[in-house]
Amino acid sequence: MKISWLPAVAGAAVLATFIRAAFYTPLEAKQGAAQKIFYLHVPAAWVAFLAFFLVAVASGIYLWLRDARLDRFAESSAEVGVVFTTVVLITGPLWARPIWGTYWAWWDVRLVSTLFLWFIYVSYMVLRGAIESPALRARYSAILGILGAFLIPFIHLSVYLFATMHPMPIVGKPSKPSLPNEMLMTLMLSLASFTLLYFAFLRSRYRYAAERDALAAALDRDA
Amino acid sequence: MADTLYGAWLIARKDLAIEFRTRSAFFSAVIFALLGLVIFYFAWDPTAVTVTDLAPGVLWVIFTFSGLLGLHRSFGVETDDHAIDGLLASPVSREAIFLGKAIANLIFVVVVQMIAIPALVLFYNLPLGHIAASLIGVAILAAVGLVAIGTLFSAMAVNTRLAELLLPMLSLPFFVPIVIAASQSTAKLLTGRPVAEVGAWLKLLVAFDIVFVALCTLAYPFTVDD
Amino acid sequence: MSSTISSGGPPIVEVAELTRVFGTRQALAGVTFSLAAGECLALFGPNGAGKTTLLRVLAGLLRPTSGNARVSGVQLPGGALARSRVGLISHHTMLYEALSPRENVLFAARLYGMRDARARVENSLSRMSLIDRGDAPVRSLSRGMQQRVSIARAMVHSPRLVLADEPYSGLDDSGARALTALLGELRAAGTAIIVVTHNLAEGLSLATHAAVMQRGRFVRYDAAERIDAGSYAATYREALAVG
Repeated sequence: MKISWLPAVAGAAVLATFIRAAFYTPLEAKQGAAQKIFYLHVPAAWVAFLAFFLVAVASGIYLWLRDARLDRFAESSAEVGVVFTTVVLITGPLWARPIWGTYWAWWDVRLVSTLFLWFIYVSYMVLRGAIESPALRARYSAILGILGAFLIPFIHLSVYLFATMHPMPIVGKPSKPSLPNEMLMTLMLSLASFTLLYFAFLRSRYRYAAERDALAAALDRDA
Repeated sequence: MADTLYGAWLIARKDLAIEFRTRSAFFSAVIFALLGLVIFYFAWDPTAVTVTDLAPGVLWVIFTFSGLLGLHRSFGVETDDHAIDGLLASPVSREAIFLGKAIANLIFVVVVQMIAIPALVLFYNLPLGHIAASLIGVAILAAVGLVAIGTLFSAMAVNTRLAELLLPMLSLPFFVPIVIAASQSTAKLLTGRPVAEVGAWLKLLVAFDIVFVALCTLAYPFTVDD
Repeated sequence: MSSTISSGGPPIVEVAELTRVFGTRQALAGVTFSLAAGECLALFGPNGAGKTTLLRVLAGLLRPTSGNARVSGVQLPGGALARSRVGLISHHTMLYEALSPRENVLFAARLYGMRDARARVENSLSRMSLIDRGDAPVRSLSRGMQQRVSIARAMVHSPRLVLADEPYSGLDDSGARALTALLGELRAAGTAIIVVTHNLAEGLSLATHAAVMQRGRFVRYDAAERIDAGSYAATYREALAVG
């Protein structure tokens, strides 16, 4: 079986990062071992937002150029993005519980914004599934992709205002840790390897979409 | 510009005439709002939560769901007999179609609110008095945002397989900043907090309205032009 | 087919190598013809040949993918100006069922910017014998009556081009006669007309030009004098058989 280089490299990078995170990065003083999930949670969040940003950009350019490849790119980025978003939403509570004593942290603006990102991704996919005509599907989901990008800052702001006005019972919430070099290094590595992973997934998902569309076109022609 | 506004006005008037003729969506929205107010009251323990704590959230949640009832029919009238083709083949601009429908929806939603808010005051014994004007202001700001989003998604949803499901699904994430800002403003007004605190929420609502009215008006032509 | 046959009035429709693609499907694969004021083109062809697509492009509902099209001198996509000069009749009535015929036609008259809207509305309604049912909600009318309202609505702004997609569907004899008379008068007054119909005899009776469409192109295009109904029927049957 031919293995193309990108997934292999990405996989190796992620594995290397996790090994480094687990065994070669110091424990954080206050949080202990639970903090290690940080190296999964943060890069997943970075990819989730990167993927969505790219969906929005591809959507905008699609509405201008009407090139089906851009629509395929947006579709692929959205599907890959929702996976990473789900990882964020799972690791968030797993991290929060031992640290803050609660599974869901409404004051965590990033986490709540990610939740909304998840909602938009899911409605993006449901919308696509509900439209037969490829051109209509592309246009409508492009509109949703762009509008969603403008929604996220407002969610961010709303939750931020909400959190600052409503002091919540927080059990020993750690302030932003100043990361010693070694932890910073691991974080950078994890960001880089996850980004590679994103592109690997994106490429294979895109190829699948391209083949699927080519097949549909061929069937159409013969019909 | 004047043509667009005139076209929007014609379309808004037409939509309101149709709604007035049938009235079914309007009555559904009003009854839904009233029932909702009543049900929420019984769903809470009045000794644990005071009405002033409960009321703002209830009002704005009801507002979004009853608003959805009205928004759904907005483009529904255009799909029967492909009436939308008649609009699209006429010289009226696409922006005018969107604005006209949005204006009709805005009037619809505001009228429902003007029934729901007094009902809320009645059922929940709220000390409304001097904040009534501010509350109406918040209501209108919230309605503008709701209607901009809802009109656009209604135009899209009506062309899909799962129209009734898709409209709420697409719209509700976008309604959340509106609901948060409106509920928090209402809660602060009711408990007599200083205006400065409400100011932040109002600015958020205004910014939201400006951004999304512009975006949705710009986006609408892309939903029809082929 | 690239011959353009004209009888002398100013050109209302000029189409050259017009194509329209939906995804990978070529709905219009290079249509060329022109139509002058006072001329009527009868368009025949099997379902899926592209007749409705052609009309929708000319009505401003669809953009051309490539090629050239001008309606009343305006290059397509021509925006509001082009659309204001076109009247569209479809087999969908495009009416608001809760409103009356009068309200539907009045709404259209105003949308098209007619100053003497009310007078035009009454005129239009009486031409299609709708005055006595003018105030009942459209949903209470029969299909044939609804089609008449749709026709009245399409004409109220005195369009220079009338696009009629199977306009006779649902009409009873008197409705059909009223429509034929109306189209004849419009032609005499200089309106250009394109009629899509499956009824060969009816279409040819009105037409100055006729075409058979198949798979997005004109496979036959003639001026009416040269049309022999028999051979047209044969071409049409062939087109239907091939699909």
